[in-house]
Amino acid sequence: MHMATVLTINGETKSFDAPPDMPLLWVLRDILGMTGTKFGCGIAQCGACTVHVDGKAVRSCVLPVSAVENRTITTIEHVGSTPAGAKVQKAWLEAEVVQCGYCQSGQIMSAAALLAATPNPDDSDIDAAMAGNICRCGTYVRIREAIKQAATGRQS
Amino acid sequence: MNAHNSISRRTLLTGGLATGFLLAFHLPLRAAVNEPVQPPDATDGKFAPNAFIRIDPEGATTLVMPQVEMGQGIYTAISMILAEELDADWSKVQLLHAPANEKLYGNPIFIIQATGGSTSVRAFWKPLREAGASARAMLVQAAAAQWNVDPASCTTSKGEVTHKASGRTLSYGALAAAASGQTPPKDVPLKDPKDFVYIGQPFKRLDTPEKVNGKAVYGIDAIVPNMKFATLAQCPVFGGKVGKVDDRAAKKIPGVRKIVVLDDLVAVVGDHMWAAKKGLDALDIAWNEGPNAKINSKAIWDDLRAASAKDGVVAKSTGDIAKGLASGEKLEASFELPFLAHATMEPLNATVHCTPDSCEIWTGTQIMARVQSEAAKAAGLPVEKVTVNNHLLGGGFGRKLEPDMVVAAVRIAKEVDGPVKVVWTREEDIQHDIYRPVYRDTIAATLSAGKIVGWKYKIAGAAIIARWLPPAFQKGIDIDAIDSATDVPYDIPNVHVEYVRAEPPAIPTGFWRGVGPNNNVFAVECFIDELARKAGKDPVEFRRGMLANQPRFLSVLNLAAEKANWGQPLPARVGRGVCLQPSFGSFIATVVEAEVDEQGEINLRRATSVVDTGIAVNPDTIVAQVEGGLIFGLTAALYGEITIDKGRVQQSNFHDYRMMRINETPKIEVHVVRSGEAPGGIGETGTTAGPPALRNAIYAATGVALRRLPIDRKLLAAGRKA
Amino acid sequence: MSGKMRILASLIVIAIVAVALGVFIIRGPGPLDFAGGKKVALADYRAGKPTGVPAKLEKASLIERGEYLAKAADCMVCHTKPGEKDYSGGLAFKLPFGTLYSTNITPDKDTGIGNYSDQDFLNAVQHGKRNDGARLYPAMPYTSYTFMTDEDVLAVKAYLFSLPAVRAKAPDNTLSFPFNQRWAMIFWSAVFNPDTRFAPDTSKSPEWNRGAYLAEALAHCGECHTPRNLGFALDNRKKFGGAITAGWRAFNISSDKATGLGNWRDEDLISYLSLGHAPGHGSASGPMGEAVDHSFSQFAPEDISSIVAYLRSVPPVPSPDLPATTAPAAPASHRDGVTADARGKKVFASACASCHGWSGESPVSPMATLTGTWAVNDPAATNVAQIVISGTKRHTPDGALPMPAFGNAYTDDEIAAVANYVTARFGTKGSKLTAKDVAELRQQTAE
Repeated sequence: MHMATVLTINGETKSFDAPPDMPLLWVLRDILGMTGTKFGCGIAQCGACTVHVDGKAVRSCVLPVSAVENRTITTIEHVGSTPAGAKVQKAWLEAEVVQCGYCQSGQIMSAAALLAATPNPDDSDIDAAMAGNICRCGTYVRIREAIKQAATGRQS
Repeated sequence: MNAHNSISRRTLLTGGLATGFLLAFHLPLRAAVNEPVQPPDATDGKFAPNAFIRIDPEGATTLVMPQVEMGQGIYTAISMILAEELDADWSKVQLLHAPANEKLYGNPIFIIQATGGSTSVRAFWKPLREAGASARAMLVQAAAAQWNVDPASCTTSKGEVTHKASGRTLSYGALAAAASGQTPPKDVPLKDPKDFVYIGQPFKRLDTPEKVNGKAVYGIDAIVPNMKFATLAQCPVFGGKVGKVDDRAAKKIPGVRKIVVLDDLVAVVGDHMWAAKKGLDALDIAWNEGPNAKINSKAIWDDLRAASAKDGVVAKSTGDIAKGLASGEKLEASFELPFLAHATMEPLNATVHCTPDSCEIWTGTQIMARVQSEAAKAAGLPVEKVTVNNHLLGGGFGRKLEPDMVVAAVRIAKEVDGPVKVVWTREEDIQHDIYRPVYRDTIAATLSAGKIVGWKYKIAGAAIIARWLPPAFQKGIDIDAIDSATDVPYDIPNVHVEYVRAEPPAIPTGFWRGVGPNNNVFAVECFIDELARKAGKDPVEFRRGMLANQPRFLSVLNLAAEKANWGQPLPARVGRGVCLQPSFGSFIATVVEAEVDEQGEINLRRATSVVDTGIAVNPDTIVAQVEGGLIFGLTAALYGEITIDKGRVQQSNFHDYRMMRINETPKIEVHVVRSGEAPGGIGETGTTAGPPALRNAIYAATGVALRRLPIDRKLLAAGRKA
Repeated sequence: MSGKMRILASLIVIAIVAVALGVFIIRGPGPLDFAGGKKVALADYRAGKPTGVPAKLEKASLIERGEYLAKAADCMVCHTKPGEKDYSGGLAFKLPFGTLYSTNITPDKDTGIGNYSDQDFLNAVQHGKRNDGARLYPAMPYTSYTFMTDEDVLAVKAYLFSLPAVRAKAPDNTLSFPFNQRWAMIFWSAVFNPDTRFAPDTSKSPEWNRGAYLAEALAHCGECHTPRNLGFALDNRKKFGGAITAGWRAFNISSDKATGLGNWRDEDLISYLSLGHAPGHGSASGPMGEAVDHSFSQFAPEDISSIVAYLRSVPPVPSPDLPATTAPAAPASHRDGVTADARGKKVFASACASCHGWSGESPVSPMATLTGTWAVNDPAATNVAQIVISGTKRHTPDGALPMPAFGNAYTDDEIAAVANYVTARFGTKGSKLTAKDVAELRQQTAE
């Protein structure tokens, strides 16, 4: 038997049993039932599993749960309570970004981390922050647009 | 059983299908509408006039979605069509996934309950309008009876019936119980499109709010109490079987509960996906690979090339092809397209709970009823004992037109006590896809006075329809494989189209976004550019010269050329390419502008599409579909290829089955032409348009006439001979 | 003797002397000559037991002891083709003059070594001679294994013979003339195989002697880390100075402070060898990753310490092309730091940044941190390009941490670009790889 793992997720303390090498993604989805964070590739190539660890966008599919004890974890379910996350979600709806939506949790988490660090991102900032997130439906044009809207508060 | 009955009942339809899906859409599925059914959550006083509409006494208007939502915005479009004729209060609209029921929710084009082929709006346009109008008429009748006035003197708007003369108004909710007692009217009139209040407006999608806050539930997100988690390995060689399994190490992994060994797959069941995955990695599985272990891409291509040299079945012949090819300048070329995986962002999955006398399934599928019947077979149960709970799909692209992932999960679940969620790893998803087949097309054409006089086109490839919808496979012709080959928009006097059925050995093939037109539009539009060059004409000008009788094509082509600044000078090694396509009942012209650098790497600069899709139900969705479709197609053109060695797929995840990303995406502009014509299909049009437009842009930029996808960038480095 | 004959005889003598001198010069010192102390026969050494297995296995069965030694000698990695049964051979070694395939060393009588007697096995491992009399190519490091004791070699044999026999015939080698002439290896072997057993050095500690035995006779570090001479044998004048092997750069592991291991702390070396990772020095990948996973990670802790003690004694050999210090972490923002190579940055943003971060310090695992590694500080970018092409799959106590192989989906030009970007951003000096260089690196990589 291993010791219970304790994490702070979305401001709440969660305690559970998990092997130390278990990626945070599966803890969230399969142990805690928080299914907003998605599984896409398992090798940090698609970004669907993106969460915030201490405010930074991180791929939870390759992030061992043992590495995030005592760190602040935010997921898509709660990102709307951060100023950047709320702006991004609003812009996402206004720009009607979403198609199938499966990658969008990760896109929004990446975009929210970008805006929190860089309030007025230009195209190169967007490329750097968002190129790790694959969208198979091809919503990239609107993602770029929505990030700019979220930053300026203006609709184009 | 249901599926077979309904197919044979409607076999007559397939005669229409044989000349293309388009014809069938004029045949409304009468049986599907105005057939009162008990709503799934029946309560007294609820108005349930047909398969699609439920109105409760509070006015909540629940619309049952006969087509599935996989990103294409169809839930919103269907709701708009229903709400339009119903005059529903949009703010009270709620959605429900349809249950498996072929009779009620069958797609009039496919016969079966399927979402695909960009058919949803085309297939359901009339039935849904009739369903909405019929329900509205019943509500009006109920109000008129209560007020004792002529129904014709009543009007409806936003969920209310009004009698202007007396100033009385009743809400649909208040009328729900009374409307239930009304007889559905026959031949109810539909609105004149000019009176549409919802259709044609850019509506916000109904499915998005929950997709931005993590609340949306896809099949993979289903949570069933006490469920276990499993992942599986199928023999890497197609058709291979499980030999010996050493599970000693796997069983030692904490959280692993069970190893399920079936004849062709092994699954590990655990407390969570991580335990299942680690368990699977720890298994030592010896496979009996079987005879397919010898198959490789080279042999497949050799076979296809040999097959395409043979005569095919004639799919179309107009004029005199022998005469047409006898004179003038002749050009001939072959075009080849690779196997492709779908790689939906949501990996394949299904959650199943099997008991000795029931089977319940939670998944996201494009084929509800077929999933139900196939699951019943796998579970050894009568079909009515199988319940399918459909979900949002994290991408479909045709992959979820197949039931294999559900069947596998049912077979695993039969060995497990309680419910089990079976999730495929991305590697398994890519290596056990049902692939877009390889195609080879050969075109010979003659030019005279700058116009095409003879056009002989031969398609060689798999007949997906023969497997997927056997009644529609008639006289050796796959109606999907020839789609957009037999209705090329250009005015050519002598046309001959043949189809050679060539099935790749052992590699399962199926529909992939863009289906048959992907192949045919690519070959046709690439070749048209080669002919234009041979004729010494600008590609747009050359096309215009053959569109005198095609006003809708001509107008989108002209507008696309204008919007894309066609003809204006560009830097060296930058080119524009055009594509005009007749596919899916829409009229679309696309211009891609691309740069090819000295090393042969490609920078996409800009894409412009002009779309005439008839009445645009939700114009913003149409724009979004074309944007996304272009990226889907361009991704395939740049990177997409599944290759086979030793009977197995060589790609496995996004590092070697590459996707276009935001930093490669061009500016995209989509212009939707206003039209009063019946709606066309849209979800796949961009996918079909992207590759030929890009290829023609590269042709313009470098002079290299690529004839094979994906684009081989090695051929494009500066200094190479065209 | 006629005058002519005399002249001819003199010429022959001169030629023989010249060849001998040439051979002496080319051959250079033996692998342990640097130590310089007094060597004694193993039987006469009383201070410790440099050979055999660690203390905890002294009482173990012959097969268990053989297993430890087989792992220490890392037989499996070369004698197993990925995806095939352990020790069943068939791994390709791509050389400039053709491809060699490793042999099946399972006890299968037809395709393996099932018919080998003890003497046959000793002949192969210590002398490079097959049981049919043919000569082995020195891809088989028998010039290192020759230092093993007979007892240890035969323990390895006992272990191999305890494994299931696998019927698997390796493909025929495709070497070009004259390299396909196996008999010529007689001369090579005569010159370059020391053909002698390990002799302890009484001037050194027992720990050093154990380390020397492990590093030289078993782990054969020099086969990758020591440059080769004109005769394709190890040039011990530059012992452990680093070399390119199978398309990967084996970095300097001499005691040079700047470019070797001189500045590594003992715990870093211990961690690197036993876990394949040391904070601030990066992670083993490519052939060294395999060596850690299959060999060093199985070593007893005291054996790892012995190797460290031995490595410390190897004289410094500088690598002049490497910087004196590795570069610090890059800025956290993509905007700051190098701006060179737009294509490289594009590929990095798409496929690399998620794991490696813009600073080079991984947000997901210290194993994926680039900062401080020689790979990104090598202006030739050999290993950066290789790992992008082939990826790596490391097995650690905390599970596997793979880097995918990007080689099949990215062009030579893109891989060159991203390698140039990565070395410029995270190293001291950006590389200047071209697509052609990457194409050549792909060629050199063994399967």
